[in-house]
This record gives sequence, structure tokens and C-alpha cells, in this order.
Amino acid sequence: MNKIESKVDVVIIGGGVNGCSLAYQLAKKDKKVVLCEKSYLCSGATGRCGAGIRQQWSTRENAELAIKSIKIFEHLAKELGQEIGLRQGGYLIAVHDEKDMKQAEHNVEMQKELGLDVSILTPDEIVDVVPILDVKGMRAIGATFCPTDGHVDPFKTTHAYAKAAEENGAKLYKFTNVTNIKTKSKRIESVITDKGEIKTNTVINAAGAWSKQIAEMVDVKLPNKPFRKEILVTERVKPMFKAMVISFKDGIYFSQQEEGQILGGIPIPNEKSGYLTVPTFDFLNHMSKTLTRYAPSLKHVNVIRQWTGYYDVTPDARPILGEIDKIKGFIQCNGFSGHGFMLSPMVTKLLTDFIVDGKTSDILESLNLKRFKGKKIEKEVSVVG
Amino acid sequence: MSDKVFICRCEDLTLEEIEQAIDEGYTTLEELKCKLRLGMGPCQGRSCLSLARRILCQKTDKTTGEISLPPSRPPVVPVSLGTLASDEK
Repeated sequence: MNKIESKVDVVIIGGGVNGCSLAYQLAKKDKKVVLCEKSYLCSGATGRCGAGIRQQWSTRENAELAIKSIKIFEHLAKELGQEIGLRQGGYLIAVHDEKDMKQAEHNVEMQKELGLDVSILTPDEIVDVVPILDVKGMRAIGATFCPTDGHVDPFKTTHAYAKAAEENGAKLYKFTNVTNIKTKSKRIESVITDKGEIKTNTVINAAGAWSKQIAEMVDVKLPNKPFRKEILVTERVKPMFKAMVISFKDGIYFSQQEEGQILGGIPIPNEKSGYLTVPTFDFLNHMSKTLTRYAPSLKHVNVIRQWTGYYDVTPDARPILGEIDKIKGFIQCNGFSGHGFMLSPMVTKLLTDFIVDGKTSDILESLNLKRFKGKKIEKEVSVVG
Repeated sequence: MSDKVFICRCEDLTLEEIEQAIDEGYTTLEELKCKLRLGMGPCQGRSCLSLARRILCQKTDKTTGEISLPPSRPPVVPVSLGTLASDEK
């Protein structure tokens, strides 16, 4: 490998979808950009995620970010000149009781105000959308459905961003560890890596579950906690349904991939935070039980693999974005709490606008780290996995 | 008859596709897996990963010891959802 760049406009830490998208967008706006990834691209949460893209959220910011993100995803393959595996088969969210229904109605009303095509389904309509579901088994009294939700391939998308970033002059260094960040009079000075020092005034912390440690290098305390999340995939079977099925109450999500595999996850009860990587049998058992309760016909389908990844979880399950007050040029893009992939197009656009033009926005302001100081926070409740 | 050489039979990957991905900079087995779905089918890479490692060695001038295999994921052999859901001991 050539010697590492010694002076750049922006250093991005983390080679997931957010880091690579930022590298592309900033390079396109003529910024000199370096991205440092401690392992390979997509090695963290991006490459381990459920690949869903969803606009049905409980907080307005998340819904707005997601709606705008999907609009970008819809044109991204053309923009990047590479396939990203977009499929819009919808998201079906199970509603289990009256309390659930109240929250669903509240969410749908807000989402419709934002212009989203979303509706409440009766039990009969649930089976019309996903024929393999057993409404009794899933204990559903209804569901919400948005037909433009769906899937995007995280590997293809990240690789496409990375390639486009390099074509625009960005330098992406994989297997490169950031060991320290230097500051001077509350400004970013340089980033120290195991391949050398890079002078810069702007650092983006897009390190996912390791963002907390990156922030500690400049004495910034992030409230993020890593949670191990598990997921499984089955052998390929004939195409049976297109929608992602999820339940906030059971925490389950599952869908059928383009190639035919059923893929899904569920939290195991009482999971504690920490850097745990070992896959558990508890998950396999709990997931299989819940999945075959929702779709009994799947009981003969073979599981071929399970794996783990991290949710980088904040106290309100919403991302931390934008510049830190106490250190100029230290920009956060983390704390996605399990939905970083689907929000990445819009989040990275907003951050690019901020870095290039100094332009801020209501969303960036409301998702700044300072929201955790004293004020009452609004928690995102529409979380699965 | 086609003269294609298949390396990963579950995912229909040829020698040519693997060599091309290595040339594009996907120089670890993990990266080839992400890029091509190498070893992600029902056999979980039992035959293809060792072959792909040899190809990587030849193309990147490394020894097999320098190229680590991706972690083996449970359940090791395919097991049905019905069996996994059962509480029978």
C-alpha cells in the first residue's frame, strides 16, 4: 500500500455504509477525504444487518429521515452506476392489542402527514399480503402496511459507495486502526493511525458500536451502548412473500430474500449490553419458536447459518448526528440503534451539507448530542431485533 | 460444453469471478464472501473456502497461514426450524 495521506480536509472513521456514503458525497464536492476502517468494509453492523428499509417510525425525525432516504435509494443505483439490490415489497407491522393499535393509529396519522402511503390492515388483509402468515398464531388483531418499504443489499450498496468515492478521489484505507485523535485549543488537529498521522480539521465518527471509544480519544462521552443482536438465514426456498414482517411486541422481523432465503432476527430476553460475539442457542430456539408460530409452514425449512452484530444503542434509540459543541470539527454519525443502514442516505446528505456549506437543519439540531443534557427526550419506540 | 471452472457450487461462482474480485481489491476471504456470497450457501463453504484460499495465495503472494478462514457459524449442518423450535430433549 502507498504511504497514507498526510493532510486532508476530512477523516472518516468507519467503513460501514454511513462512512462510505460520506466519503463519496464529500469527495464529489471536492473535499480531500480519507476513510479509515479497522477491518474490511461492511465488517461491522452494515454487513450483518437485516437489510430492511422502513419508513414506519414513531418519531417524526426518524420517519422523515427514512422517507427521504428511500427516495434517495430509489435513484442510487443510477447515480452510483452500480446495482444496489433495491426491492420494495413493503413492511407489514403486526398489531397485537388495543394499546398497540392506539400507537399504530398515532404513527400512521403522523406518517400520512409526511405524505407516506401507509394503511391499517384487517386480519384478512394480512394474509392477502403475506399468505404464509397465521394470524391466530401471531396473535394479531391487525397490522400496518407501507408498500414502498423494502430491502436494499448492504454489501452492494456499501461497495458501490466505496467505488464511487474512490473514483471521485477519496482514499479508503481498510485494515487501518485509528489509535488517537489530537486536538489543539478545542479544535481537531490530526488523526493518528497505525499507518501514520493524518493532519485534518474535521473528523467524522462513524465507527458504529466502537464510536464511544473513538469519542473517548478526545474526552467526549457518548451515551451509546453496544448490544449483541442475532440473526439467522435459511436455505433457499421458492418465492412465497415479498414484505418484511415485523412486530414491536415480539421483537421479531423476517423476510424472504431475493434469492429465496428466509432471514430474520429477534432479541433474546434480558440481553445485557457489552461486546459479545458468540451466537447463542437461546436465540435459535426463541427465533424458531416465534417464526414457526407466525408462519407454521416454515417448520420444514432448514436454518443454515446464524451470526451476530451490534446495535449501537442510544438512550432514545435515535442517532447522534452533527458537531460536538466542545470540539470544533468533531462530527458524530453514530448511535443508530439498529437502523443505521436504512437512514444512511439522508443522514449522510445532511452531514455533507453541514461539512461543505456549514448548513444545518432542524433534524441535525434535534439529533445533536446536546439533546441528552437535562431536557426530556422523546424515545423512538418502533424498534425490532 | 462450457469450460467454466466452478469454485463455489452452492452460489455458482466461477474461478474467473473470484479472480476478478481479487483484482478489484477484495483480498480476504471475508471480503470475497461479502462481494460474491462465496461460501454462504447450504454447505457453508466446506469445499469452496479452501479452494478460494489457494487462489488468494497464488494471486496475492501469500501463504495459506497468512489467510484466515471466516468463522464457522452455527448450526454447522442445516437444521429445520421445526427441530430448533422443539423443546424435546
